[in-house]
Amino acid sequence: MNTSEFRSVPLPPVAEGLYDPSFERDACGVGFVAHLKGRKSHQIVQDGLLLLKNLQHRGACGCDKDTGDGAGILVQMPDPFFRAEAERFGLSLPEVGSYGVAFCFLPLEPDDRAECRRGVERIVADQRQRVLGWRSVPVVSTAIGWLARSREPVMEQLFIGCGEKTDAEDFERSLYVIRRRAEVWATKSGKTAAGTDFYIASCSSRTVIYKGMLKADQLGPYFPDLTQPGMESAIALVHSRYSTNTFPRWALAQPFHMLAHNGEINTLRGNATWLLARQHQMQSAALGDDLAKTLPLDFDGLSDSAVLDRALELLVHSGRSLPQALMMLVPEAYEGQKDLDPAIRGFFDYHRCLTEPWDGPAGLAFSDGSLIGATLDRNGLRPGRYVITEDDLVVCASEAGVLPVDASRVRSKGRLQPGKFFLVDTSDGCVYTDGEVKASVAARKPYAEWVRNNLTKLDDLPIAKIPEHDLTTLRHRQQAFGYTVEDLTRVLLPTAQDGQEPVSSMGTDIPLAVLSDRPQVLFNYFRQLFAQVTNPPIDPIREKIVMNTESLLGGEVNLLGETPEHARLLRLKSPMLADDDLARIREANKPGLKAHTIRTLFSRAEGESGLATAINRICTEAAEAVNNGATILVLSDRGVNAANVPVPILLAVAAVHHHLLRWGLRTRCGLVAETGEAKEVHHFALLIGFGAGAVNPYLVFETFHGLAAVNLLVDGNGNPIEHVKAVKNYRKAIDGGLLKVFSKMGISTLMSYRGGQIFEAIGLNKILVDQFFLGTPSRIEGIGLTEIARESLARHELGFPTDPRDESPELDAGGEIMWRRRGEHHMWNPETVQRLQHAVNSESYPTYKSFAKMSNDESRQLCTLRGLLDIKTVARPIPHELVEPAKEIVKRFFTGAMSFGSISKEAHETLAIALNRVGGRSNTGEGGEDPIRFKRDANGDLRGSAIKQVASGRFGVTANYLANAVEIQIKMAQGAKPGEGGQLPGHKVDSAIAKTRYSTPGVGLISPPPHHDIYSIEDLAQLIFDLKNANPHAEISVKLVAAAGVGTIAAGVTKGFADRILISGDSGGTGASPLSSIRHAGVPWELGLAETQQVLVRNGLRGRVRVQTDGQMKTGRDVIIAACLGAEEYGFATAPLIAMGCIMMRKCHLNTCPVGIATQDPVLRAQFAGTPEQIVNYLFFVAEEVRELLSEMGFRTLDEIVGRPDLLMARDLSGHWKAKHLNLAALLEKPAVAPGTPLRCVERQTDTLAEQIDWELIHNSKAALESLEHCSLSYQLTNRNRTVGTLLSYFVTAKHGETGLPEDTINVQFTGTAGQSFGAFVTKGITLSLRGEANDYVGKGLSGGKLIVAPPADASYVASENAVIGNVALYGATSGEAYFRGRGGERFAVRNSGAKAVVEGVGDHACEYMTGGVVVVLGSTGRNFAAGMSGGFAYVYDPDGTFRENCNTEMVDLVPVDEYKDIGVLGNLLNRHVLYTGSEVADAIVNDFAGELGNFVKVFPKDYRRVLEQSRAIQRQWELVNG
Amino acid sequence: MSDPRGFLSVDPQKPMPRPVHQRTKDYDELYQPMPPEGVRAQATRCMDCGIPFCHTGCPLGNLIPDWNDLVHRNRWEEALQALHDTNNFPEFTGKTCPAPCESACVLALNGAAVTIKTIEAAIVDKGWEMGWIVPHPPTRETGKSVGVIGSGPAGMAAAQQLRRAGHAVTVYERDDRPGGLMTYGIPDFKMGKEYVDKRVDQLQREGVKFVVNADVGRTIDPNDLAASHDALLLSVGATKPRDLDVPGRHLKGIGMAMPYLTQQNRRVADLEPEGEPILATGKNVVIIGGGDTAADCLGTCHRQGAKSVLQLDYNPRPPEHANPATPWPLWPKILRISPAHEEGGKRDWQIKTRHFQGDEQGRVKALHAVRVKQYFDEAGERQFQEMTGSELVFPCELVLLAIGFSGPESGLPQVLGLAMNESGAIQADRRYATSRPGVFAAGDCRRGQSIVVWAIAEGREAARHIDEFLTGRPSRLRGRDASPLVIELPKTLRS
Repeated sequence: MNTSEFRSVPLPPVAEGLYDPSFERDACGVGFVAHLKGRKSHQIVQDGLLLLKNLQHRGACGCDKDTGDGAGILVQMPDPFFRAEAERFGLSLPEVGSYGVAFCFLPLEPDDRAECRRGVERIVADQRQRVLGWRSVPVVSTAIGWLARSREPVMEQLFIGCGEKTDAEDFERSLYVIRRRAEVWATKSGKTAAGTDFYIASCSSRTVIYKGMLKADQLGPYFPDLTQPGMESAIALVHSRYSTNTFPRWALAQPFHMLAHNGEINTLRGNATWLLARQHQMQSAALGDDLAKTLPLDFDGLSDSAVLDRALELLVHSGRSLPQALMMLVPEAYEGQKDLDPAIRGFFDYHRCLTEPWDGPAGLAFSDGSLIGATLDRNGLRPGRYVITEDDLVVCASEAGVLPVDASRVRSKGRLQPGKFFLVDTSDGCVYTDGEVKASVAARKPYAEWVRNNLTKLDDLPIAKIPEHDLTTLRHRQQAFGYTVEDLTRVLLPTAQDGQEPVSSMGTDIPLAVLSDRPQVLFNYFRQLFAQVTNPPIDPIREKIVMNTESLLGGEVNLLGETPEHARLLRLKSPMLADDDLARIREANKPGLKAHTIRTLFSRAEGESGLATAINRICTEAAEAVNNGATILVLSDRGVNAANVPVPILLAVAAVHHHLLRWGLRTRCGLVAETGEAKEVHHFALLIGFGAGAVNPYLVFETFHGLAAVNLLVDGNGNPIEHVKAVKNYRKAIDGGLLKVFSKMGISTLMSYRGGQIFEAIGLNKILVDQFFLGTPSRIEGIGLTEIARESLARHELGFPTDPRDESPELDAGGEIMWRRRGEHHMWNPETVQRLQHAVNSESYPTYKSFAKMSNDESRQLCTLRGLLDIKTVARPIPHELVEPAKEIVKRFFTGAMSFGSISKEAHETLAIALNRVGGRSNTGEGGEDPIRFKRDANGDLRGSAIKQVASGRFGVTANYLANAVEIQIKMAQGAKPGEGGQLPGHKVDSAIAKTRYSTPGVGLISPPPHHDIYSIEDLAQLIFDLKNANPHAEISVKLVAAAGVGTIAAGVTKGFADRILISGDSGGTGASPLSSIRHAGVPWELGLAETQQVLVRNGLRGRVRVQTDGQMKTGRDVIIAACLGAEEYGFATAPLIAMGCIMMRKCHLNTCPVGIATQDPVLRAQFAGTPEQIVNYLFFVAEEVRELLSEMGFRTLDEIVGRPDLLMARDLSGHWKAKHLNLAALLEKPAVAPGTPLRCVERQTDTLAEQIDWELIHNSKAALESLEHCSLSYQLTNRNRTVGTLLSYFVTAKHGETGLPEDTINVQFTGTAGQSFGAFVTKGITLSLRGEANDYVGKGLSGGKLIVAPPADASYVASENAVIGNVALYGATSGEAYFRGRGGERFAVRNSGAKAVVEGVGDHACEYMTGGVVVVLGSTGRNFAAGMSGGFAYVYDPDGTFRENCNTEMVDLVPVDEYKDIGVLGNLLNRHVLYTGSEVADAIVNDFAGELGNFVKVFPKDYRRVLEQSRAIQRQWELVNG
Repeated sequence: MSDPRGFLSVDPQKPMPRPVHQRTKDYDELYQPMPPEGVRAQATRCMDCGIPFCHTGCPLGNLIPDWNDLVHRNRWEEALQALHDTNNFPEFTGKTCPAPCESACVLALNGAAVTIKTIEAAIVDKGWEMGWIVPHPPTRETGKSVGVIGSGPAGMAAAQQLRRAGHAVTVYERDDRPGGLMTYGIPDFKMGKEYVDKRVDQLQREGVKFVVNADVGRTIDPNDLAASHDALLLSVGATKPRDLDVPGRHLKGIGMAMPYLTQQNRRVADLEPEGEPILATGKNVVIIGGGDTAADCLGTCHRQGAKSVLQLDYNPRPPEHANPATPWPLWPKILRISPAHEEGGKRDWQIKTRHFQGDEQGRVKALHAVRVKQYFDEAGERQFQEMTGSELVFPCELVLLAIGFSGPESGLPQVLGLAMNESGAIQADRRYATSRPGVFAAGDCRRGQSIVVWAIAEGREAARHIDEFLTGRPSRLRGRDASPLVIELPKTLRS
């Protein structure tokens, strides 16, 4: 089928249903080319266009294949061109520099257009500059797609002449003011709807930007200007966009006025909020009175990159240099750098007082017309490669090889490094190193001194008296704040014991807060957002060098100024304040530090209305206090008693935060919460996310006192824990937990998280959200202040009953974690568990129906969103027998991804057999699969899982594993802990697990939070492409977790050619996850699925992809609702586990599962009594229920109801005091697209493999494939040849299995630049040798093949000093060899579990999480080498002894290379390296091997060492005994 | 919480009964107390389940994992508190309960359950020993009064709860001592009567009035009680025994189990047995019935020195271990071997009594029976068929009928004009209210014959509803499933 048959017209990007355009994300390719000496030529522009074309694959297009997401170019003012053009219409331009060009996108409608023109002209005149004339920009509209054309603006350029007595700097600034004023005017007068109608792409006397909703290769053809010989420039900065949405948005194409950005600003919300808040205190000497005219800033409809650009321009035009402004906004992770220049440290310390970092993956290219450069985020999460030639050409881009450069002309090559600059000044012809740039900026002012003299540390404040704790009223207050027995025994006590947030398992199955009958703390209505696909989460443990929990408190001053007083703030190491910390702050008496306490209590006597009164009072008092000079506001709920009820502290903090924002007072003070309510990590995260700078959870500390008083504050051995120690452990757990919460959104510092509101609300009404939580998504409405007050009063009543006889002498049971009578409702409870088990065991459909009735019937206890829906009767019922048979329906069922490792072999295989029997699909989970299971058993059963998962750990992901998949699933996130990694402790890694995971028994394994080859949407597209090469027959699916914005991500994923998308709910099971993640991250699948369906349908993408969903699905009714909301396939995990015997112990993380499912203990595994029949019975029962419902609804097949939310309706909830406020209309929204627009998958994704060079390789190596004959081939590559060798490898694997071919059977010689993923998953017997260079992901998942990359023989540069490959080489490699003559990038050999590699230098984080194999590094390394490395060896050549500084020795020892075995391994690899690459470095070492050995350091993982020594000891004993 | 690997490292251990030859010589309790360290070790086996099935298996909703953990951590007094939180009389259940909690224990899936009952008994024993169990009289009187008719476990539990809520409570008992079945029904070797006395004493100290020898419905007009109290609770048990309507039933030496057991209990208590003595001494005894009462008779016969004892059951012999019809965590219908069975006697199943044969004095001499076979008819109803040629004759001098109870005796409900349900019990709704306003019913007389733990559970729940009835507001008494935190849903959504 062909897409042209349904030309789906996307709907405009306005918030509708669950779709909100603010969720849109983009990422891309970026690059520039420049002449070092600033020599202008048309060639540079041509080169820019070519470079852009070669980045095409990093962009994307939507439902119209000819419409790109955006492309553009920034060039220097092409004076000869414009002069000639102007003359053509009789205009004589003033000298260059004295005129500017405003490139305007104008409305199509002539009157509107004229008005816009007049508007701009008025402003120009008002700014005392001259309107010279308008030029209509010629465009070739036929060069672009119909979709882009449908919203194509009219392009005109306005020439603006310099007014009198204006110097060049002032003129340029004036052009900025003109543009900003025009933007402000356009917003006010409604000329800009979401930035699409009237827009100024550039307005400068130095640069001009051509861009639009184009594909990379359309830019030149669309704008004939660009191909005119007069179009001369010494710089060309280009950008190709990959957006998650597809509606034409011309204005969002990049470059923006000063920068082009590849990546995503994770902290955007907070940054934008703070920037807006700071407007009120802004003053600029440079802009003077004009500043006010450029305000207010307005970020509506802008992308994250556009907002960053606005911030950057504002700083630059108000007097800071471009590098300084960038260093302020995107600082490097300087905190942990021991050898950092103190002046530079001072610079960063100082500027941290002015602004929080803009955090997130960022490859930034920037230019002001003469400076041009690039920098990366602190984590180096985007790639950047550069080359400088002998003839002064500088090329820098996301990939190497984007512009063909003769190797013999190369002066140097390199890569951008995390947080570092690459800067070229075309005016003086110099290339500046990062150190030079930063030192010169840091030397501008005595920043370090300013900080020393003004910044206060907590310890500097005098000790003050702390409030006494009162055990007599403790229990009453605990009750009033909602404490339960579980909080004490399962949360606080373990935290005080271990210093860690407690871990649990099996997901959550309690009602949403808004549906619970029990009063919920306000915290429970919020869910944490997290990074998936468009940005990566961070590993806060292994990569803690980039993380920071420091919080600054106090009043800020003018962002645009620079004075010592800017640093008059209080610096806290942790946002968690102990009682004595808060006492010090309260009593502080220093300039700039003055605290004011506001009571956040409301009067019980006033009842529900008392809350609103109190909030008004609190807000008024806060504003007054700030106006009176307070710089720290302490919101305190101390003093709760029978008459006074605590205001939910989150409400108090958020209300004050937003109130002060509204009144322009926010940045003049810091907020501290002194509260009895906060106790969990999630609570702290929320308080900080809504503006608090610090939190004092005093009731937790009193609780510790209370526990100690009854001898319960004891460690595991019953010994008392000192109060101080308990507080310390608690702080450790909170800080660690917060880092985890920040990092799951890809945020590194508390300051960037603060005020960021990275949450979604479920069940709060719009009035409430708009007033107190403005900007937080809340999509199904819900309760307001009255109900919140009622909940507070109910808790208060428990602690301080009206009638003293109603006193409850104990805390409430809770029952939110473990089921309890009198506790919270659980969907899996004794009744449902036993009914399901009895049904499948006795094959009794009636018993199943009683189970289903109990699960489906939420009339007694509301629990889920689907429980609030009813199925409409619109059609007449049809006879049961006309409905498609159950055996067809079960084929749509799949089971959740549970790894062999998290569950036992027996349980894992039982699931697989059952699903294979019915034609459904089971999932390997992330632990690989024993190849024995790829073959059928004698009885015809297949124990292999149809779905092979590829997760961040890449355990056991080999060519053979992939080749045996029916479906390959990329796990982007997991419902129970989205954005987090996992850990399999060493004691769970037995020999069988170690074998399938390619690791060592007894050695612990870590799954990183991100896929290190996916930091961005185009990276995911690349991995999808890689996997399609690794198995062209398998379907590729991408697993996402439901959260606000998931639909937009799904659109991006569809554009990346995934075949299936799984939307996983928040509540799914897990083997082990921190409590706060299980309950507070992600949203129910109903929301995520409906949003996905709506967005895909809106964008005309739904027909290209199958949608799946899972997350606590149990019954046929669940399936029907999922189908109507848009899913074609349905996943079950907990229910099948229960069918085969799970009884919800929630002990998976302890390895003590008594029914042998979630355990590796052989004694317990022997108890496993599950059978495939039980699961088959369950699945058929569900299918039968589906059939019954379909027949009642009047449909014959499930397909007919997919994407039909109109078949559902909201139940009458008027009787429930909370649920009646919900509005499910958005959930049930059906986009009003043209008839015929597909609502379900109707076509296959485009074949992306057709042009692979591998087809030629396969054709030419037939002899090798068939009869193992050696064959040698040679080819030329460019960076557009991606994933070379993988498809060839698939054919080898398909034929020869895991064993592959004998070494070097197929030998391919390449020249040129290889695109990304060179040699990915290449199997044994294939040798790929490249003379030239390669990009990112070389040897990803290498499975036995051999890779060689070396510079060409005629290269003019020193190989060992220059980059030869990109980032993340050998990620997840399991075996094979790799030799790289030259330097590698960041994250070399991450998660390597068996490959051997030699490289001549690496970037940061090399060998992270490595579990096996050998890495030899013959040059310098970046920071954080060997973080989380638990196996294998690295030998690092370290003649100057600097390596130790860069190595993370938490898990590894550094030892000399003196053992016989080591010397052999090292010598052998060096010899091969010389042989294959001609390496000079290696050759020199080999020639004096004995002498050089002492210069090598062996990196030896401690765990690995212990296990090896143990087994060696056992071996020795055995030898002694047996001779 | 407890040691997560405790169940793997500690072997299960049941409480030890005294040796047969020793215990059959007296009426003292047959189990030896387990030393506290042993109990602690057993408590360590508790797995702290995500869904503690024991906690639902127990009709009282005992907080089993919680007090297991407290015992494990040697915090006995708090364990006792947690135990009393859901159960007024843990020693009654700790000693006599068949322990449906243990059959629902997750460890029972694959092996031996946690010895919950033993731990419960140990906690409460310790409580008595340490003097932790004291009266808790109410701090304030409501001015309302409740009459509780029947002082069995249901009545006592209700009385204690109501009293603690501040109501004046009078308990009417038709026997000469309070306690109902606990006093005169259950043999001393299962539970010493001093426990009942101690609880009665506790209740009295809390202010509960006991009126004994008060046969309401016969010697006292219940309507008078209804008038003098603000509410009445009937907890009169299901004491109407089922009988066997076969020829020869009138013969001497054929009697009901309960009078037999009561007589012996009175003897042990040094009281005069009522009526003509029924003794097994030197006799061949046949006990008809397969339940707990039959087993109590069996144990008593051994202690009285019967010549032989034969226990006959109409039903087929249940499976010894698992019964697929009653899968975990349900109460398994399996062959129960009580300590009495270990003490001697024979059992036979699928036996239907045809008639009794008497001697010249009109005394029973033999029991004539036939073997039956169980089958299910087309409607799925259970039926029995006599097997031809399987006639049997059992010589005997004493026959005890222990074939269950059909419901409460009819007098009292009739006088009060209460509606009865199909199974012959007093009809009462979910709030334990009978058809007559102000009159409530709980325990066996409402739910039919059952076990002690259910009686206590019903008494407690009934007390909550009576409290609400009397005060017109939500009861502050602890409910089995109700949390004081729950904000009550309007009825429209509850129905």
